[in-house]
Amino acid sequence: MSDDTTPESVTAPEAPSELHGVPLTDSRGQRVLHPTRDQYIGLLRTLLDETFTMCADLTAVDYLLYPGRPLPEGIAAERFEVVVNLLSIERRERIRVRVQVPEADPTIHSAFDLYPGAEAMEREVFDMFGIRFDDHPDLTRILMPEDWDGHPLGKDVDPSRIPVQFSADFSKRSPA
Amino acid sequence: MSGIVDVIRGGNEPEQGLKPRSEITARELLREVGAVLRMSEAEAAKLGDIPVDPSEDQTMIINMGPQHPSTHGVLRLMLELQGETVLRCKPIIGYLHTGMEKTAEQLTYMQGGTNVTRMDYLSPLNNELVFSMAVEQLLGIQDDIPERAVWMRMLLSELNRMSSHLLFLATNGMDIGAVSMMIYGWREREEVLRFFQKVTGLRMNHNFIRPGGVAADLPAGWRDDVLHLLEMIPPRLEEYDILMTGQPIWRDRLQGVGVITAQEATALGASGPILRSTGVPWDLRRDMPYLRYPEVEFDVVVGSYGDAFDRYAIRLNEVRESIRIVHQILDRMPGGDFRIQNKKVTPPPRARIDESMEALIHHFKIFTEGFKVPEGEVYMAIESPRGEIGCYIASDGSPTPYRMHVRAPSFVNIQCLPHMMRGGLVADAVAVISSVDPVLGEVDR
Repeated sequence: MSDDTTPESVTAPEAPSELHGVPLTDSRGQRVLHPTRDQYIGLLRTLLDETFTMCADLTAVDYLLYPGRPLPEGIAAERFEVVVNLLSIERRERIRVRVQVPEADPTIHSAFDLYPGAEAMEREVFDMFGIRFDDHPDLTRILMPEDWDGHPLGKDVDPSRIPVQFSADFSKRSPA
Repeated sequence: MSGIVDVIRGGNEPEQGLKPRSEITARELLREVGAVLRMSEAEAAKLGDIPVDPSEDQTMIINMGPQHPSTHGVLRLMLELQGETVLRCKPIIGYLHTGMEKTAEQLTYMQGGTNVTRMDYLSPLNNELVFSMAVEQLLGIQDDIPERAVWMRMLLSELNRMSSHLLFLATNGMDIGAVSMMIYGWREREEVLRFFQKVTGLRMNHNFIRPGGVAADLPAGWRDDVLHLLEMIPPRLEEYDILMTGQPIWRDRLQGVGVITAQEATALGASGPILRSTGVPWDLRRDMPYLRYPEVEFDVVVGSYGDAFDRYAIRLNEVRESIRIVHQILDRMPGGDFRIQNKKVTPPPRARIDESMEALIHHFKIFTEGFKVPEGEVYMAIESPRGEIGCYIASDGSPTPYRMHVRAPSFVNIQCLPHMMRGGLVADAVAVISSVDPVLGEVDR
């Protein structure tokens, strides 16, 4: 381009930045990586070797009601998104990994082998969203009761739908 | 009625409890005994004191909690014991789960503070701070917060750290058997809470730090109140030192109990005093600074053994560091606005409502509809008394967060328990839980 006055915003979409072969975006000054599900564990391993030794946070978002969110080119929006915040104590840096997880097959590989601290957080995501983590050592509910039906943080769960739980069922009570 | 019961009882997830050895695989066993690092068998054998795994008929699985007084709320631990030795431990949580992250999706950004402040109820101001910082980052106004608001936030955050650590000293004392310490710790904390009540109107759950600044200016005479606190607490800390730090019984109960290494703590994602007790000098106030922490002088207190005594000593000395910071804040507290003068975010002052129709409309809109936050997602983290508290917000451009997630330090730190307890005595379990200082309100959210 000969014209030097071209604003950067015009050229930016043409050459999306990448890190480790994964699209890299900037969200309010924070670095975000968008791997596919197949790239996910490999990317975490690379980042772990790159001194991102701590998994600060692992959570998910259900984008059922907000499919049009901005994503880098080549990344198809799916219903669920697993969000991992990594921290490098050595370099004092943070980086975020966002993985799209489809509704039809809500599974993703567990990060437990790389980050043992992700164990409880993955259980929480499973409990709240129903996303299953392959190879997770103990994928059980963590916050909700075991006999709860459904996954409460999904956007298809209406908070007013859930009946009062602990009202006694007197019809079943045996006479004293 | 039975239809509702069927809906409720419809799930069929596996049980969360600790299973007998015969029902679990070797990998599960390894994880449950707290082997978080991938080590070879030879390395594992070198761990020394840990007893050889016995057969099932020599062990017993018992429940500790959820209503055990030393579990700091409703934490339930399933312990596998051989005699008095803890072999496995599994924390079971969720008894206080009230769906606060779901609630957050119904509340506007203005109301959100009332929700997050109830998570870690011992450091509510830090919760509000991280939530407000995340919202400000999304709004793009993080650099426009008035100086006075920023320094007030720092003042409150540090005083909150003091009150939280004082309560830790109280409960730690009570758990170990130094019952008089419990009364002293609560007494000093109450003095700090009295100041909070004067500033915010409430002892806890303040909803005082809000997106855009703080809710109100400091009341008249606040400086004297803070100075009174700063004069009163240091000699009391000296008393604690005499009462506990140098005392042989206290040291015996804590030293070498609940040991964790730096590698393990990092792998488990532990933060705050637990990570620092292992010798990792990691404090977000210094290492990833926010507010005006680079402009004040303070030391990051670290331990060297990673045991319960280190964690006790770190918290005790962090109170002293907080006092140092508060002294500097008092010297530098600037004047000016206590919240941003941005009509979009800040409601107009009461006096303007009487004379301006515009102001009235703005006021009405902000309190009924809330203010809109641009699309995007952001993760902010600060150093709470318990470690890194983070707030992840995804916004779809509406006045309520599309998703709000709080990375609760206690929730992550609690994963260290099985590791710290392995091979210890059941009597030390209480000391270990206490030294992790979990707040179940934020564990379960």
